[in-house]
Amino acid sequence: MTYDLIVVGGGPAGLAAANSAWQKGLKHILIVERDKELGGILNQCIHNGFGLHRFKEELTGPEYAGRFIDMLKDTGVEVMTDAMVLEINREHEVHVISAEKGYQVLQAKSVVLAMGCRERTRGAIAIPGDRPAGVFTAGSAQRYLNMEGYMVGKRVVILGSGDIGLIMARRMTLEGAKVLACVEVMPYSGGLMRNIVQCLQDWDIPLYLSHTITDIVATNGRVSHVTVSKVDEGRNPVPGSEMEFDCDTVLLSVGLIPENELTRAAGIEMDGRTNGAVVYENMETSVPGIFACGNVVHVHDLVDYVSAESERAGAAAADYVLGAPADEKALNLVNGNGVSYTVPQKIRPGRVAKAADVFFRVRQIFGNSVIEVRDGDNVLASYKREHMAPGEMEHILIPRVLLDKAQSDTVTVSAREA
Amino acid sequence: MYDVAVIGCGVIGAAAAFELSKYQLRVLVLERENDVAMGASRANSAIIHAGYDPKPGTLMARLNVLGNEMAEGLCRDLSVPFQRVGSLVLAFSEEEMETVRELYDRGEKNGVPGQRILTGEQVREMEPEASEKVVGALYAPSAGIINPWDYTLAFAETAVRNGAEIRLNAAVEGIERQGDHYLLHTAAGDVEAKYVVNAAGVESGRIHEMVAEKTFTILPNRGEYYLMDKCEGGRARHVLFQCPNKDGKGVLVAPTTGGNLIVGPNAEGVTDAHRVNNTAAGMAFVQKKAALSVPGLNFRNSIRNFAGIRANSDKDEFQIGVAAENFIDLAGIKSPGLSSAPAIALECVELLKQCGLHFEPKANPVTTRKKVRFRKLNDEEKQAAIRENPLYGRVICRCETITEGEIVDAIHSPIPPCSLDGVKRRAGTGMGRCQGGFCGPRVLDILARELKRNPMDILQDGEGSNILLSETKREVEA
Repeated sequence: MTYDLIVVGGGPAGLAAANSAWQKGLKHILIVERDKELGGILNQCIHNGFGLHRFKEELTGPEYAGRFIDMLKDTGVEVMTDAMVLEINREHEVHVISAEKGYQVLQAKSVVLAMGCRERTRGAIAIPGDRPAGVFTAGSAQRYLNMEGYMVGKRVVILGSGDIGLIMARRMTLEGAKVLACVEVMPYSGGLMRNIVQCLQDWDIPLYLSHTITDIVATNGRVSHVTVSKVDEGRNPVPGSEMEFDCDTVLLSVGLIPENELTRAAGIEMDGRTNGAVVYENMETSVPGIFACGNVVHVHDLVDYVSAESERAGAAAADYVLGAPADEKALNLVNGNGVSYTVPQKIRPGRVAKAADVFFRVRQIFGNSVIEVRDGDNVLASYKREHMAPGEMEHILIPRVLLDKAQSDTVTVSAREA
Repeated sequence: MYDVAVIGCGVIGAAAAFELSKYQLRVLVLERENDVAMGASRANSAIIHAGYDPKPGTLMARLNVLGNEMAEGLCRDLSVPFQRVGSLVLAFSEEEMETVRELYDRGEKNGVPGQRILTGEQVREMEPEASEKVVGALYAPSAGIINPWDYTLAFAETAVRNGAEIRLNAAVEGIERQGDHYLLHTAAGDVEAKYVVNAAGVESGRIHEMVAEKTFTILPNRGEYYLMDKCEGGRARHVLFQCPNKDGKGVLVAPTTGGNLIVGPNAEGVTDAHRVNNTAAGMAFVQKKAALSVPGLNFRNSIRNFAGIRANSDKDEFQIGVAAENFIDLAGIKSPGLSSAPAIALECVELLKQCGLHFEPKANPVTTRKKVRFRKLNDEEKQAAIRENPLYGRVICRCETITEGEIVDAIHSPIPPCSLDGVKRRAGTGMGRCQGGFCGPRVLDILARELKRNPMDILQDGEGSNILLSETKREVEA
């Protein structure tokens, strides 16, 4: 049998995509999830703050996932858990293995990629020093605490101010650990302002901006102390600025990387800046009928946006299966001044109903500023912002009528101080 | 009373134990750490050298070339990842071409097969990413890449299956001659043995001095490395050396048997022979030097840094011989020690024979090892493997596609691991780009389950490297 849609990944992105494809009329949908249950990384995010946009209330991660899992219960969407996709190809064949069903090659009319992302590790940032126990990515520590019920440390230094690290600063403190410092190499935080306030400031945890860990020292196999140094504008440690912290644990919250091994192996075009697939306005990748959504495309701050983006992907997969419109002329979105990436990277104005959602991140902190969408020298649209930061994803809607006005085949998105 | 006590279970001790275990002898291997391959054997360039480096006429030359020859068959029989990819010693100047020609001559004298001197053009044809500045190279097709800790494990596990015993956490603290045998005081109790083999790596000088006059000094020397993501794996097809100089063989860029790229090492004398830390200066040096060979290297794709300690000595030769009555040194084994290991083991047997030990072969010694590597199977084999054991259908390490079946196999192997890194060395979990971030908690869970231990007792690596420190707060009962 051929599935209308196979969704790879049963986290928030996959759940929302499957649900919206069902609402749009697809009947044979399968979600393949590698864990034992649906929900993805939300299951270990037991803090609240999820769903403010989507449900207008504060939910915990498992509660947020639960809302979508409940929606699926009223549908005929099939779910295969404890199963791993090993390969996908351009013909929409999906190779899956599981303990229960062995090795299977499943055929689908469309595929949604929703594998999420993984954490950057110590190796990626080459921290000098010993390599003892006690150095964790924030997400692994979160899993040990919230899923397995174990504390990974008593005295903690956090490197990086990504949201998971901030959340873990508070979580470890609540469990009785002493979080000595959060150290960020950039001159600004990588996380959401609300997390800086609620997870560091409210607990008197110092945040050292423009600092990094320059040595990790072990005693008897476990971290015993770290050296923290100030960095200059080139991010090089400043001699003489060293501080020592006696700690048994280092948590790393130094970035997330979309997990696109399957995507690359399928020959799908990638964007070197997002580390995700290049997508069109409807989240379709360079391979017709294969869509991608959520953190596998670009790393989001809020799950609410993941859900919205994934619903668009699921709906587009349904459109594709139920009769895809022919390929049309596409505009390339170019990253202008101050913009590090955009998603989507391509827009087919003919497929935009009213307005195209465009997400992007800025390269530096902006105060009162203007976002401009330009076709050459011609400003198609502009948007005012009071504050923008790399740690907070920006969203604009570009109306179809303006896209139709573009003369060239590229449109530039840029930011500048007002 | 053991016939032979082997001190140290790095690749040298393990290879010796494997060879000895083929005979009717009571063999005991003493290892100071909580697992085998914990010293230089697990942190090195993972190369089987061709053998053009050592001076002709030395033990190093002979044992390297012989060890290289033996590696292929051993790795096939013992299921150790090995590929004879060949090596290139790159020259960047006419002066270095002189060195290349010298190496060629040495190689010819040492019996290295198939050597050729290449032009810069020929090098870039074989290695599209090699620097434009390369003017020529020595090509040695017999050089290979290997999984060095699995080589060690394969020897040690097979020795154990042949009846050899291994005692972990058993650092040797003193040795006494008692009549016709030795009494060894270890951290895990006293041991009596008629013959002793010193394969203690960086500790081999100290062990030697427990029974004999000092004849050499170990000079521990640290080398630092980068291990790069598989997306960088294609940047080198051969082992790319630079011309050796007084600091060693220089920085190499090479593919690994796992499909990654290894870059390093530097060379720095250190005082602490057991501290394998990385330094900012060392890593910067490696980056700079490696970029000379392969300018396109992208160090943002590094997945791990590590360092190893070479058991260098003040002698330009392995210290192999009879150190005292019935006491054999396999000491001062520096590069090309890994390449020479199986040949050193044969040498060890010869020396023990000279000391009067009687070697009676076993009727049917185990000389093969089977290992399921799920991701290497074809589709039908995968089907069959899962049908036989459904645990092969559950992927635990996403990056490397390592299944629960392989992890359970590793935990119940002849030398059971007690740590995440022990499982990593046996099954390959956590070797990939997420470095165990995802699979670590799951492997810990499986280890605790299979070993019937409290999860808090599961280690990351060596003794003391506990991962979990306490339980989280529980619900308060009303």
